[in-house]
Amino acid sequence: MIAELGLAALWLATALAVLQLVGGILAVRGQGELASLVRPTAIAQGALAGLSFLLLIWLFLVTDLSVKLVAANSHSAKPWIFKLAGAWGNHEGSMLLWVTVMALAGALIALIERRLPEKTLLATLAGQAFVGIGFYAFILFSSNPFERLPTPALEGNGLNPLLQDIGLAFHPPTLYFGYVGLSVAFSFAVGALLTRQVTPDFARAMRPWVLGAWIFLTLGITAGSYWAYYELGWGGWWFWDPVENASLMPWLAATALLHSVSVLAARDALRTWTIMLGVIAFSMSMLGTFLVRSGVLTSVHAFAVDPERGSFILILLAIYIGGALTLFGLRASSISEGERFSVTSREGALVFNNVMLSAILGIVLLGTLYPLLTEAFDVRVSVGPPYFNPAGAIFTIPMLLVMAVGPLLRWRQDSFARIRLPLVLIAVIMLAALALVVILGAYSLLADLGLAIAIGIAIASFLPLRGRNLLRVPLATWGMVIAHFGIAVALFGMASESAFSEEKLAAVNIGESTQVGPWKVQLESVTPVAGPNWTALEGTLQASYDGGEPVELHPQARNFWAPPQETTESQLATRWNGQLYAVIGNEAGQGRWQLRLWWKPFVTFIWYGGLLIALGGLLSLVGRVMSDLKRRQVVRRRQLLEAEAVA
Amino acid sequence: MNRWWLFVPLGIFALFVGLAAYQLTQPKDDFVHSEMIGKKLPQFDLRAATGGKPGTSTADFTDGKPKLLNIWASWCIPCISEAPQLERLQASGVEIVGIAIRDRPEDVERFLASYGNPYSKIGADDLSEVQLELGSSGVPETFVIDGQGTIVYQHIGDIRASDVPMLMEKLQEAAQ
Amino acid sequence: MKAKHQRLVLIVIALVALIGASLLAIYALRNQASYFYVPKQMAESPPEVGQAVRLGGMVQEGSLETLADGVTVSFIVGDGEATVPVRFSGILPDLFVEGSGVVAEGRLEADGTFMADNLLAKHDENYVPRELQDMTEHQAEQVVAETTTGGKAE
Repeated sequence: MIAELGLAALWLATALAVLQLVGGILAVRGQGELASLVRPTAIAQGALAGLSFLLLIWLFLVTDLSVKLVAANSHSAKPWIFKLAGAWGNHEGSMLLWVTVMALAGALIALIERRLPEKTLLATLAGQAFVGIGFYAFILFSSNPFERLPTPALEGNGLNPLLQDIGLAFHPPTLYFGYVGLSVAFSFAVGALLTRQVTPDFARAMRPWVLGAWIFLTLGITAGSYWAYYELGWGGWWFWDPVENASLMPWLAATALLHSVSVLAARDALRTWTIMLGVIAFSMSMLGTFLVRSGVLTSVHAFAVDPERGSFILILLAIYIGGALTLFGLRASSISEGERFSVTSREGALVFNNVMLSAILGIVLLGTLYPLLTEAFDVRVSVGPPYFNPAGAIFTIPMLLVMAVGPLLRWRQDSFARIRLPLVLIAVIMLAALALVVILGAYSLLADLGLAIAIGIAIASFLPLRGRNLLRVPLATWGMVIAHFGIAVALFGMASESAFSEEKLAAVNIGESTQVGPWKVQLESVTPVAGPNWTALEGTLQASYDGGEPVELHPQARNFWAPPQETTESQLATRWNGQLYAVIGNEAGQGRWQLRLWWKPFVTFIWYGGLLIALGGLLSLVGRVMSDLKRRQVVRRRQLLEAEAVA
Repeated sequence: MNRWWLFVPLGIFALFVGLAAYQLTQPKDDFVHSEMIGKKLPQFDLRAATGGKPGTSTADFTDGKPKLLNIWASWCIPCISEAPQLERLQASGVEIVGIAIRDRPEDVERFLASYGNPYSKIGADDLSEVQLELGSSGVPETFVIDGQGTIVYQHIGDIRASDVPMLMEKLQEAAQ
Repeated sequence: MKAKHQRLVLIVIALVALIGASLLAIYALRNQASYFYVPKQMAESPPEVGQAVRLGGMVQEGSLETLADGVTVSFIVGDGEATVPVRFSGILPDLFVEGSGVVAEGRLEADGTFMADNLLAKHDENYVPRELQDMTEHQAEQVVAETTTGGKAE
């Protein structure tokens, strides 16, 4: 009954989305009959989609094995939190989550957005419904999560044990929130194109959604990278895998969009460019979904792939993005040119960074799609770090340098002479840092440059606060400072990991020890252990840093039995200045065991940096929303006063 | 002023869609179909997978009557969803021989008790040997075998309701 | 006039950067993409010694050996037509077994041994091993298509 109810709610939501689309389009064309219906429809659609998702979660929590999706992805022996995560840890459930979040976002716009011209708002909601309908159709016709089995299964099939991890349970939804936020930005862009209203007000209405999406994407990428790092047991934190690239590309586009929308909001410049980025950012999310789900590219992060679903997503992609780009081609020339500015100005720096981000995006995109291209000619290749690292760095380095300087420049027109002192300061710090790391014995060019630039940006990121009363600095400015500082921290972690990591692979007898970097690691014992749905061989290691107090580590080689699968569980010893990473392997003969150990100085900074970036985004979002609310209050008070004056 | 360059993004995007669409239409498991069709069944003689039904061997397929050979397992979820279709096929007079892959007799018993037993014979293939010789890469898969032990058709994945008429047709063709 | 000039500078920077990015990407892709070989191809037209490539095929039954140091393994990858000896130092990936498919990332040495930096094996809940003894080229590619990748991040 619950499953049927969920399906019914979904059908109703779809019908409402059609109504919302029709009403919105009619309003844009000047026939306002249904206009007053659009907002309530969007709200009701959000509620119904939310209900349907809640019902799916309910089915998973009670492990209703008559539902195919539950039987295929859950197991009554699973801890409840993984039953919950099972609801979206699969294709059908994650698609339902996608439309649900999208419908809720539409409802929220309908509820609170008052700044935009009514027509533009209705066009935006129509755009939102248009995107939604495709996903509803996708779910209803090709991936119905509520499908019943003819006879209930006796026991569920379990969840992929690799995915039975708390971090991963919340990782995909985080990315989805990001993708959906970009779909809202896309709808805004389409709404603005349809009504030719590309104004600072439009940018201010769009900005919170871009910021929100960007925060979630940042968190999602950070968490995903940490997951890959400790769960896959390969010691790496980024593999340039198609699935990782699929999350990085929307982030790059969103970062560019975030900055260009700020220029549009503050200075009424970069109108067409912002619209273009809005379309690109969403197409990158759709492209990511397509690459992950269609199986046209292979990846570490195995998802069940299905070419039929791939075709469906490709068709949606073609309709949305093709449609938006056609609209862009037709309308962009009628959007008048924005305000002008000089090359040496805040806008100039932001444009430069936008261009660099687009170039990096292009590099990642080409590298990700290249295997697809060569396969058409029957040549199989894989593209990895030897391509991405240097090609990306060529554009990342100038971008980071400009990022250090840009916030110091004034809007519209400025000169480097005015900020000569901070410029010299930053340059001196970077050169000194570079000299220092070379003396310390790191010889990888990219890593050395990375360390020097990281230290330079770390200092430069706080310079915009110089000479200001810290209590009066707006929250949004603090957000920028912290996000830029976060970039420096993350970059420092990346460069340090690549320059100073040490690795040791050894076959060790019980009681023997081995050395990696400053760590001495002793293998105490290897014992069998059992968990709720797995058994494992667990090593006990005593690791001491530089002769200090030993830490106990328990890496495992696990065997899951539902479904049968082996995984290696790495163990980490974290210090403020880095991590010891330990993996245990097979028996190596003569009573020895394989141990793989890494000492990674400052590797944790990568993820701390990611968190700082997200925190910066959050501060900025809160600051913007608060000042918007304040402005709205002022406007309302003025209207009241005027009304009284008239009376 | 001519603004053709505003359509450049659209052009690039169209190229991508074309490429991706081409890749999607390239079947990735095509070779399985083409390789086995027209070949004789491999030689096998499997013990019974459960007390209830006899085992099966190659000789069972050379009695002149076309049959379905269904590769399945009690641990396979899609096999549950195809069970009603197999029952329908059996009800319309088709003989279905099953091969249970890497299974235990008690599990097979329980599966058949819950989801019905359309099989005339069930052989146990504990090491997937016969499955692999048949060129089958997963469960469930279903083969149409003519009366002389030749493979006429290979169906990969679960049999959906919409596949039943097609399988009936293949069986009739095989009978002529 | 000046403002227009400034705008032009920006557009030129943007165009140069984007065209530069594409050219760079095309150049780097030609040189840095690692090509995929099956044993037969590797025997017929071997890649240059030291060039990063991928080798895919079946691990032959009975060929897996752990060397005396306890951490290096050697095994033979075949496709039914040719074989390549492979060496790998490290912990074998999950689900790496004799008789199943594998993809090795690494390079060919002058003596004909393939030194693997990484071994990629299958992670998939719906996977039923395709333990084929004699595999055609197309089937080997199939294994690759279903194989997940791992590697060293830099």
